[in-house]
Amino acid sequence: MRGADYVIRRAGFALLTIFIAITINFFLFRVLPGNVVSDLARVPHATPQLRHALTVQFGLDKPKWEQYLIYLRQLARGNMGVSFATQQPVSQLLLNDLKNTIPMVTIGTLGAIAVGIATGILSAWRRASAADHVSTNLAIAFYAFPTQFLGLMLLILLGGLLPTSGMENPYAGVFGPQSSIARVQDIGLHLILPALTLLLTLYGEFTLIMRSSMLETLGEDYVLTARAKGLTDRRIIARHVVRNALLPIATLVALSIGWIVGGAILVEYIFSWPGIGQALWQAINQRDYPMLQGGFLILAVSVVVVNLLADLAYFKLDPRISQ
Amino acid sequence: MSAVATEPGLTGTVSRARAGLIRQALMERKAAALGLGIIAFFVILAIAAPLIAPYSTTARTCAVFAPPSASHWFGCDDGGIDMLSEIISGGRISLIIGFAATLIAMLIGGGVGIASGYFGRWLDITLMRITDYLLVIPDLAFAMVIADVWGPSLSHVIGVIAILEWATTARIIRAQVMSVKERVYIKRARSIGASHARIIGRHILPQVGPLLMANTVLTVAVAIYLETALAFLGLEDPTTTTWGTILEHAFDRAAVSAGAWWAIVPDGLVITLLIMGCFLLGQAIEDALNPRLKVAHLSSRRWALRPLAGRGPGAI
Repeated sequence: MRGADYVIRRAGFALLTIFIAITINFFLFRVLPGNVVSDLARVPHATPQLRHALTVQFGLDKPKWEQYLIYLRQLARGNMGVSFATQQPVSQLLLNDLKNTIPMVTIGTLGAIAVGIATGILSAWRRASAADHVSTNLAIAFYAFPTQFLGLMLLILLGGLLPTSGMENPYAGVFGPQSSIARVQDIGLHLILPALTLLLTLYGEFTLIMRSSMLETLGEDYVLTARAKGLTDRRIIARHVVRNALLPIATLVALSIGWIVGGAILVEYIFSWPGIGQALWQAINQRDYPMLQGGFLILAVSVVVVNLLADLAYFKLDPRISQ
Repeated sequence: MSAVATEPGLTGTVSRARAGLIRQALMERKAAALGLGIIAFFVILAIAAPLIAPYSTTARTCAVFAPPSASHWFGCDDGGIDMLSEIISGGRISLIIGFAATLIAMLIGGGVGIASGYFGRWLDITLMRITDYLLVIPDLAFAMVIADVWGPSLSHVIGVIAILEWATTARIIRAQVMSVKERVYIKRARSIGASHARIIGRHILPQVGPLLMANTVLTVAVAIYLETALAFLGLEDPTTTTWGTILEHAFDRAAVSAGAWWAIVPDGLVITLLIMGCFLLGQAIEDALNPRLKVAHLSSRRWALRPLAGRGPGAI
């Protein structure tokens, strides 16, 4: 069957990309200055014997390819090493961060897609009208705003009204237990600014793509046919144009996941959201290589996985591509 | 002006028609002219920066976070340094990074795209796997890691951005080359014994040129965006002033809680304006290359049939 073929090919490709990412990840961090030995042996009077013992203990005396195999084997067991900064397992720390990142990024991205599609349809339908000009120019402006600038602007404009830092109020549980509803409310309030920043920074591109995709679809012959049949504009748009025009959006989502992650890193940094982007930034500042390596790997793998999902969704939406 | 423009594709040679498209795009679309104007403005500003900047960017000339005034149009930063001067000279470095990174990225991307599309086979497979990886990997995270590995410096930032941004271009150029390669005149050229170098130089390059140009302009926008993001995260040489580091300093030194919006807003708007200029110009060239966008069967005002020949006012 063609469909199964397609799925297997895409999945195989995703696995290959993950493997390449892991390999690059390994060698990238082997060219860094310093290693775990120079970190641990920084005590005064560290003897050559201590250095040697540490080198052997961490397997750094082995040839590179053997270290690579050990790395692969440990990674397969979910072992990403121990953070230099906190001495805790990296995988556990990052999993925690990922749990915080996912809701914020999901809400921001889905919001951006919804707003983008809606304004894109409006723009294409009322092409060359005042509404189209306003919406298209706004979209270009928001597309061009650097994420960090948007975040800072929201900080300035809404900083007095909404919490601007962290994920929940650190003093909430101090004077007695906090109910779970109040906690969710608190997190929700903290989530507004980061998610809104992400939404605003992403939506413009979706508007522009949806608009041009709609315009391209409006030129198809079957739209002329539908019009000749006497269907109302509203019905033509809703039943015939939008559904086909949505296809490029699926591709765009897949293509812009890298950007979404980039935006999320900046947003988390600005609003101190305790997610994986913040962890990455801290790891760089603390020279915490295991965290940096693990964080980058997790980001790369999640992007590949989401990409695969988008590919499969596209296949489901448009069976023509397997032919 | 544009009313008398005739369709060059009907009369001129193929490459002239393509070159004409860009000129036509510039004339027909206000957006393209606006974009070009914005880019030219910033380039001139960057070149003439030392002459224009009213104050020094290293010496104190006013109070800490002094608000905008007649003598300091954009106010002052946390060190008492004039913001306007900082933005003008910061643009210099930002533009150098943006253009240099783009130039390298276009050389790699164009080269890889042409080689991949023209020669095909194993070369194509290998090169496309590399672009696949680069397209999938999260840009900023990768740039953060490499910038950290290499250490902060101007040339490293240019290198990081160039490495990350050539893949899209390679993909687009490859697709175009693959379709151009199959055209009859290329086959004829080969049959009369033209070398690969000649075919690529004389016949393929002029065909992909406009596309490469549109991509160049769009990539400048991406490169500057990435530069400001890296700088904001503190991964750039801390001794240089760029549009990115200005925002970083403002954020780091609590311009927000000090209420000093002037340390943030002008700089952010300048970045936005340049990115918008690049986007408008690049998009206009791309649109001009895609005539399908000009046809719509459904529109609130008027509806047009697909023209039989020609484009714009000269269409039949």
